[in-house]
Amino acid sequence: MELRLENLTKIFTNKSGAETTAVDSLDITIESGTLVGLLGPSGCGKSTTLFMIAGLVKPTSGKIFFGDDDVTKLAPEKRGIGLVFQNYALYPHMTVYNNIIFPLENLDVPRDEAIERVKAMANLVGIGELLDRKPSQLSGGQQQRVAIARALVKKPRVLLLDEPLSNLDARLRLQMREEIKRIQRETGITTIFVTHDQEEAMSISDKMVVLDFGQEQQYAAPQSMYNNPGNLFVAKFLGNPPINTFEAEIKKGYLIINEQKFMKTKIADGLYDIGMRPENFRAGEEGFKVDVKDIFHIGRDTMIHFDFNGSNIRALVDSDDITTGQKTVNLTIKTERVYIFDKETGKVINHG
Amino acid sequence: MVSFIGKVKKLLMKLNTKMRSFFWNIRRILHNVKTKIGKFLDKYHLNFANKFPGWAKALLYLSPALIVLTIFTFWPIINSFALVVYENYNMSNDTITGYTLFGNFLTVITDESFIVPASHTGSSAVINTLIIVFISVPISVLLALFISVALNSIKPLKSFFQTIYFLPYVTNTIAIGLVFAYMFKTDGGLVNQLLGMVGVNAEGLSWVESGAVYWRSMFVLIFYGIWASLAFKIMVFLTSMQGIDKQYYQAAAIDSTPRRRIFSKITVPLISPMIFYILVTSVIGAFKIYNSIVALFGVSGAPAGVDYNLQSIVMYIYQFIDGSNAGNLSVAAAGSLILFVIILLLTLVQMQVSKKRVHY
Repeated sequence: MELRLENLTKIFTNKSGAETTAVDSLDITIESGTLVGLLGPSGCGKSTTLFMIAGLVKPTSGKIFFGDDDVTKLAPEKRGIGLVFQNYALYPHMTVYNNIIFPLENLDVPRDEAIERVKAMANLVGIGELLDRKPSQLSGGQQQRVAIARALVKKPRVLLLDEPLSNLDARLRLQMREEIKRIQRETGITTIFVTHDQEEAMSISDKMVVLDFGQEQQYAAPQSMYNNPGNLFVAKFLGNPPINTFEAEIKKGYLIINEQKFMKTKIADGLYDIGMRPENFRAGEEGFKVDVKDIFHIGRDTMIHFDFNGSNIRALVDSDDITTGQKTVNLTIKTERVYIFDKETGKVINHG
Repeated sequence: MVSFIGKVKKLLMKLNTKMRSFFWNIRRILHNVKTKIGKFLDKYHLNFANKFPGWAKALLYLSPALIVLTIFTFWPIINSFALVVYENYNMSNDTITGYTLFGNFLTVITDESFIVPASHTGSSAVINTLIIVFISVPISVLLALFISVALNSIKPLKSFFQTIYFLPYVTNTIAIGLVFAYMFKTDGGLVNQLLGMVGVNAEGLSWVESGAVYWRSMFVLIFYGIWASLAFKIMVFLTSMQGIDKQYYQAAAIDSTPRRRIFSKITVPLISPMIFYILVTSVIGAFKIYNSIVALFGVSGAPAGVDYNLQSIVMYIYQFIDGSNAGNLSVAAAGSLILFVIILLLTLVQMQVSKKRVHY
């Protein structure tokens, strides 16, 4: 089912009357059956957005549509959503079975069918043998599966996941993120996934939304967002190691770095923010010559530190292209992998 | 004017910093003195505090309370076990005629007005107490639960309402009892007036005075007992309800759980340890009921000129110490031990039941 946010805004007012805009006129359409990652640094309003979709937080203005239904004023229980909380919120006094069947007890479902659905869902998420246990007897990953089963068992129209992997250890996180993707594909349910981990969002989402201070920065498929960041914030937020940014001048059609012509460009003269991803550099015989400040060999890759206009820049290059003890390196980078941002607005100029 | 206020503010701020740094320095000086004394003691091997094991120190700190408890609690308990085997103990000259194992228990059990209602009273201490326990405790616990749920969901004037419901707790029991006795007066009492207003003929209807029937007096007593004990229960329930993670309620809301089921399936199980604690303590408290009966009906435990008695087990015991049968301490000890066994058995039953129902 398609989910549409129209001009969604949430303003919190504290006791002294000061206003904080948590979510700022969000306009997003999420296609039916896709998994969308809501990504942003902490405090950017991603959880607030999710809770507004769930109905637990009332929007200040704007509308939420599930398909053609306007659900903005609808109470959470009438929206038909499944929500997985950050710390799962499994009822500690109930067994796994009772936890999963709990949502069905409130619906008009025959008992046999309910039991059948609980068992099928438990098997789908891989906790079929744990139905008699209490949540406290389960590991983090198992609790996570129970929470997903509980959210899915009533066949919701939309599945919402609020940082579902943040309480798991690194290995389990990798495994669960594949699991979530698999469950989402098998059920074909429209899913929104909130996270602050860009790698997690990129690996799991069909499309993702990057938020900052409640404002949508970009809404695109992960790889295209990575290759064509809409602005400086998105460029900085995605990628590990992070993108190199520095100031540089464009003079007479040339980008000037370290008082040398770096590359040709059609952009008007002026001062710009430049972004270059460390892994987009290639070392070779030819190219832009830089003085090596520091060099780290990390097996397959080698990290080189050098200066561009006084800023420290990192380049991640193939170890085979570097010989130990090199004092200078010749680097090349593809023109379309150089991102030029407006200094005022932060918008990308040479992409889009 | 504004500059004057500004000056005062500045002065107060300055005073505040001065005071804080003063106390800070005092703490530093004390710390230095302590370190110096410690060093001195260590140097001459005088620091005995380190030579005692931890439990010995703990015992030392506990000793004031332990001494008081020994004199006023443990010794009387031991003594009552001793008293119970004395035959015809006379308190005034401290003599006994012999020893008996069950004699005093038999005296209590066969006594009219303990278990078996005496022909002229129509009720007995045990029956009265059991009625009070089994009616007032369940009602007050349930009522407290509902009131705390309601109070917990109130948003405006929250603390105001919570204070109102807590007021009975800080009010003296005897004072409340006297007010209740006044409210239930036959002539001109508030209750009778209200009954008259809604059209019930309450002329001369007596509750706590001569002419009152057993169940009317008992009703007033139970009503009073529930009201006086509600405050503490509400406070305990409310505090534990506020400790429940809000996410459980959000999850329940998303799963379209009706309020009734949220209450019975989430709130009650999650505060069940507290409900159990309240249940056990109020059953024990209700078995020991004494001062509310005295407050409503006086030391006789009955309205004037009626053929029944509302005395509780504790009141029954008390009459052997300082009442109509004063001095017969052995019988009183036997009564206390019977009460102790009843409470013990009931608590054990509750603990057994709680194993299934209470989720820690």
